[in-house]
Amino acid sequence: MIHLTDTPQEKRKARSVVKTGAIPGWLAQFTRDLSRNAPFLLMCLPGILLVIVFSYLPLPGLVIAFKNFKANLGLWDSAWVGFKNFEFLFTTKVAWRITVNTVFLNSIFIVTSILGSLGLALLLNEVRVKWLARFYQSAVFFPYFVSWVVVGMFGFALLNYDNGLMNITLARLGFEPVDWYKSPELWPGILTITNLWKGAGYWSIVYLAAMMGISPELYEAAELDGASRWQQIMRITLPLITPIIIINFLLSVGRIFFADFGMFYYVTRDSKLLYPTTDVIDTYVFRALRQLGDFGMAGAAGLYQSVVSFLTVMFANWLVKRVDPEKSLF
Amino acid sequence: MKSRRPFSFYHLSQNISQFFVNATLLVISFLFLLPLLVVISASLSDEKALAKYGYSLWPQNFSLSAYEYLLMDPDRLIRAYSVTIFVTVTGTLLGLLVMSLLAYALSRPEFKWRKPFSFIIIFTMLFSGGLVPTYLLMTQVLGLKDNILALILPYLVVPWFVFILRSFFATLPQEIIEVARVDGASEWRIFFQIVLPLSTPALATVGLFMTLLYWNDWWLSLLYINDPNLFPLQYLLYSIMRNAEFLTSNASTGLLTSVELPTQTLRMAMVVVAMGPIAAMFLALQKYFIRGALIGSLKG
Repeated sequence: MIHLTDTPQEKRKARSVVKTGAIPGWLAQFTRDLSRNAPFLLMCLPGILLVIVFSYLPLPGLVIAFKNFKANLGLWDSAWVGFKNFEFLFTTKVAWRITVNTVFLNSIFIVTSILGSLGLALLLNEVRVKWLARFYQSAVFFPYFVSWVVVGMFGFALLNYDNGLMNITLARLGFEPVDWYKSPELWPGILTITNLWKGAGYWSIVYLAAMMGISPELYEAAELDGASRWQQIMRITLPLITPIIIINFLLSVGRIFFADFGMFYYVTRDSKLLYPTTDVIDTYVFRALRQLGDFGMAGAAGLYQSVVSFLTVMFANWLVKRVDPEKSLF
Repeated sequence: MKSRRPFSFYHLSQNISQFFVNATLLVISFLFLLPLLVVISASLSDEKALAKYGYSLWPQNFSLSAYEYLLMDPDRLIRAYSVTIFVTVTGTLLGLLVMSLLAYALSRPEFKWRKPFSFIIIFTMLFSGGLVPTYLLMTQVLGLKDNILALILPYLVVPWFVFILRSFFATLPQEIIEVARVDGASEWRIFFQIVLPLSTPALATVGLFMTLLYWNDWWLSLLYINDPNLFPLQYLLYSIMRNAEFLTSNASTGLLTSVELPTQTLRMAMVVVAMGPIAAMFLALQKYFIRGALIGSLKG
């Protein structure tokens, strides 16, 4: 049984323990807290244990960035090499390339995704026929449920050189076929469209919900005053959902150094010719680790990403807190 | 239109704008569904015709041979399906239990250490060790390479879902819990017999997102699974996308030596078969996902 508050008797009991000096006061207090909170502690235990194992236990492993890792020696006995792993990253411009690709593409994704899903939500908000609204919503939401592996196959059906839909269509219209998987300059565009296609449904529903939360009275009053639908959108709908847009924007900016690995790996079919425009931090770390087996360099690139991301996430959270304290992480 | 209205420019302009809204959304919906339609029609095409005429919206020389071929030697497919189903069911149920226990404790104001415990979880959303240290831990310390647990354990506690559940538990009427406590119910009994039954909407939503997370996962198998017997569906799909080995190994069974090997249509049929269940589930349960999107938007 749990006691909600310290009863006077208990407080006296605790004090008397202190007086007799048999057990130090803080220890008595601590054991009392422990037994009182025991059910809660037990409830937390499995979850906290999993978090500690899978999120905290890896952290000491970050020192691998400063080591010349040899699998047979293990992490701790491998030789220290200082900043050598970083030196390679930053002198060969690899770091520069993957950082620019990550930040540049993510910036485009953030802007297009907000504009696209906002536009979609505004359109969906105008539909008056219920079953049509449901059909549109399902159609644009569906890509959210598809894994990146499957999206990669979708891409292949559309973009493969010999008989993909795009080249077949181009040929029918009298154009030359395009070798999509060998043309890096096209991929910022292709990935932007892919990202929009995958996420616009989800985000438009988020914005649509915010729009539905707006009081109908505002629109009725505006209509009485003779405002057109367009004016209502510009003067009522958009201003009222701006806070949500700003919060979503800031949260995505906080994650600007994280690339969506699945998209960059499966949709590009990991095509080497596309690396100049599609190689991002996450794909580089993965490749260094799994294909090159260069643990030290993968670790260095990863640590670089972790530290920079920590700073941007903290900064974004600080900004979010200033806009709406309820929405900040802490 | 219920009754004939007198003509007015207002209604005319409304009808016109409704027409444009619907026309635009129809085109958008078509474009969003286009890749799906192309893949389905390719899976129903004849291999030679597909190679010759290419992918299109309609099957080329309609044929079920890709599906027949899949069914002829379904061992791998069945195995991958079983792995995926096992991982999805176990992971979702276990994850829901672990996360809701954790979230409930963190939602109780009388739990003395709920702030430090919450911070332990929040911190993982701010800073993460990233791929390399995690990979080392999983393979070198925990020895989870080629172990099915590697496909389940890492996703059991998703910080975001813990906080969604925590804020839901905090909105439950506290009087019920107080009354139960006065009546002498233990915290465990309160949790299992009062809190959980009252929380089915939140549990359903988080459960569906967990299902999606596990069903669609290829990341953990890409990192930790080499044994083909432990390939989940998504990873099997990826491996046959990568190499034609799957097909040739099937051909060597001698069943199909004289028959034309469907490769492209077979891949597309695989996509359809791997996507089928989740797509059906999505269509049936769409409203819960939408509710989830809304909960998500309440906090971020």
